[in-house]
Amino acid sequence: MDNIAGSKSSLTWAVHISVAFLVLLWLTPTLGLFVSSFRTVDQIQASGWWKAPFATEQNLTLRTASPDTAVRQGDLFIIEGNVFDEDARGEIASWGISSRDINAFQPGETADLRREGRVTLQANGDYRLENDGPFEGSRGVRLFATAEVPPELTLENYETVLSSGRGNDNMAKAFFNTLTVTIPATIIPIVVAAFAAFALAWMDFPGRAILIACVVGLLVVPLQLALIPLLKLHLGIGIGKGYLGVWLAHTGFGLPLAIYLLRNYMVGLPRDIIENARVDGATDFQIFTKIILPLSFPALASFAIFQFLWTWNDLLVAKVFLIDSTGQTTVMTNQIVELLGTRGGNWEILATAAFVSIAVPLLVFFAMQKYLVRGLLAGSVK
Amino acid sequence: MHPAILGLTTIVLGVGGCLAYFYLSNQFLDKVLFPASGPHAGRNINRANMIRPWLFLFPAIFALGLYLAYPVFETLRLSLTDRDEGGAFIGLANYSQMMSEPKFWEAMRNNMLWLVVVPAASTALGLLVAQLTDRIRWGNFAKSLIFMPMAISFVGAAVIWKLVYDARPEGTDQIGMLNALYIFFGGDMPQTWLTIPFWNNFFLMVVLVWIQTGFAMVILSAALRGIPEETIEAAIVDGANPFQIFFKIKVPQIMGTIVVVWTTITITVLKVFDIVFAMTNGQWETQVLANYMYDKLFRANDWGVGSAAAMVIMLLVTPILVWNVYNARKEMR
Repeated sequence: MDNIAGSKSSLTWAVHISVAFLVLLWLTPTLGLFVSSFRTVDQIQASGWWKAPFATEQNLTLRTASPDTAVRQGDLFIIEGNVFDEDARGEIASWGISSRDINAFQPGETADLRREGRVTLQANGDYRLENDGPFEGSRGVRLFATAEVPPELTLENYETVLSSGRGNDNMAKAFFNTLTVTIPATIIPIVVAAFAAFALAWMDFPGRAILIACVVGLLVVPLQLALIPLLKLHLGIGIGKGYLGVWLAHTGFGLPLAIYLLRNYMVGLPRDIIENARVDGATDFQIFTKIILPLSFPALASFAIFQFLWTWNDLLVAKVFLIDSTGQTTVMTNQIVELLGTRGGNWEILATAAFVSIAVPLLVFFAMQKYLVRGLLAGSVK
Repeated sequence: MHPAILGLTTIVLGVGGCLAYFYLSNQFLDKVLFPASGPHAGRNINRANMIRPWLFLFPAIFALGLYLAYPVFETLRLSLTDRDEGGAFIGLANYSQMMSEPKFWEAMRNNMLWLVVVPAASTALGLLVAQLTDRIRWGNFAKSLIFMPMAISFVGAAVIWKLVYDARPEGTDQIGMLNALYIFFGGDMPQTWLTIPFWNNFFLMVVLVWIQTGFAMVILSAALRGIPEETIEAAIVDGANPFQIFFKIKVPQIMGTIVVVWTTITITVLKVFDIVFAMTNGQWETQVLANYMYDKLFRANDWGVGSAAAMVIMLLVTPILVWNVYNARKEMR
């Protein structure tokens, strides 16, 4: 159909370029966060994430070895070594001996430290500190330098966020909490909705049409309305804030879409199969579990993905119905919001924490995209 | 106890309890209450079949009623009462108090902006991408990348975009992409984008547009595929150019789908809370209704005004609700 007449290659190129541009535009913000999560604190502070593959210029504070490593050569006491760590090497562009003037000297020049002697710093970080008498004090001399530091990618941020971090920096507990919320909050509405959808699709009883209309209407009721009355109710009947409450809330809020999707799908199943089974003496319960459920797998899968993404990514419901003052049940989204408040500038922690919470939904998304699209097309009402 | 084990135990109990209800209640109906054997087997089966739909429906109706239907009325009632006076009926006082607050009108104004900009931008961009990717070979790949933000939480998206909007003092290297570009193209000094009144609303909206475009694209792309080829071929034979084909042939035919996408995103916009909460928390004149309500409820602890704000949100979705039900009933006939 593309090339019947008219539309030819010049336009095709424009199409390719615009799509490439849009894709890039959509991908870049996420890419930025992803790259940042692998950079060190200094690198993030010093340059944009797009400069991650290149060397960056950083201001460093360095220290020579301590005075007791000094060697005596004739009249001179000498300390020699390299100011960089074993694994992090850089190229020094200029240096100084006072924090007020960090660019006072070029590599190779010698600075006079008066009582502590003279120091020479080379571009590769080698230094030579010499003094006419023995060195005093217990610590080395502080040097300041502007250095070209080669790019460095690290998993350290992930280690902090997943295991070694303290307080809000550690996401491990929040990760398990999120799972504990998400798995039942996905399965329970599916089970409840599947039975209801079967009844609405294949059983005859008075009031069926009204019930279906109600479900469609409830699809759009904003869950903000439910917060106050139900929080009062939860506190009133004693389940307070906890997993049970948040499961029930997610079940209630997810049900309209679930019933709607599943009913639409089940109505389309062939009538013959169900009637034959009934003639053969199967009960409704057997028909449901042995025939309808297996046949409805695509619809079940697509709703399961929706509900999973929705509950995993939820903040509001968890904030209202789950998280109590102890903070033991906090979920990842909430912890990230708290990090945004307390450590708004610490992108290494923030970016990594955000990526930990994004990783699972992204995996699910790319693995199950087919079902997600199918579900969207079936129930694009929500 | 390790959090994983604790979580697992609670999961097993929660899901198991739910499955047990359906299994046991049906067993009870068939074996104990109306056994399909004995002298009244036929009558019993009929009776069991009359009850069974309600057995299947009961948890759903219960949850829907409790979590969605009852709150509508209860919130309405609460919005007319005063918490400090022990829940006394005070008529519309909460509403008038709310309307005397500048923050409420700020939230209303911003919400209207969101309602105009986000659905329009997402639908238009979604339609554009759907049309562009329709003809090229790597279209599906491009689509899944643009669709990807759908899987990212609003909070995650807020962090992602906060990095884009980040500002460093003048003279230092910018780590936020927007400022880096701004300086690169001759901007004088780095801007703290999220604190510029009025315009910061648009920087927040970008986040939701970024997420929702993929959704619009998927549905509109399916609609475009569904257009019968004859109409397009006829237009080509008549000498229409690609733009005419798109705007005069394709768009009118998928108008119904466009409206559905538009309303769906509208509902999302009304409910959206996380983005504003995480990025500005309503400061610098970026308040929206959902966040205003949360503020009233859990910071000011004012249930009356919070309920009134919730009712305003309900009022705004009601036309869509009626329209949805009307359409569904029409389809079923």
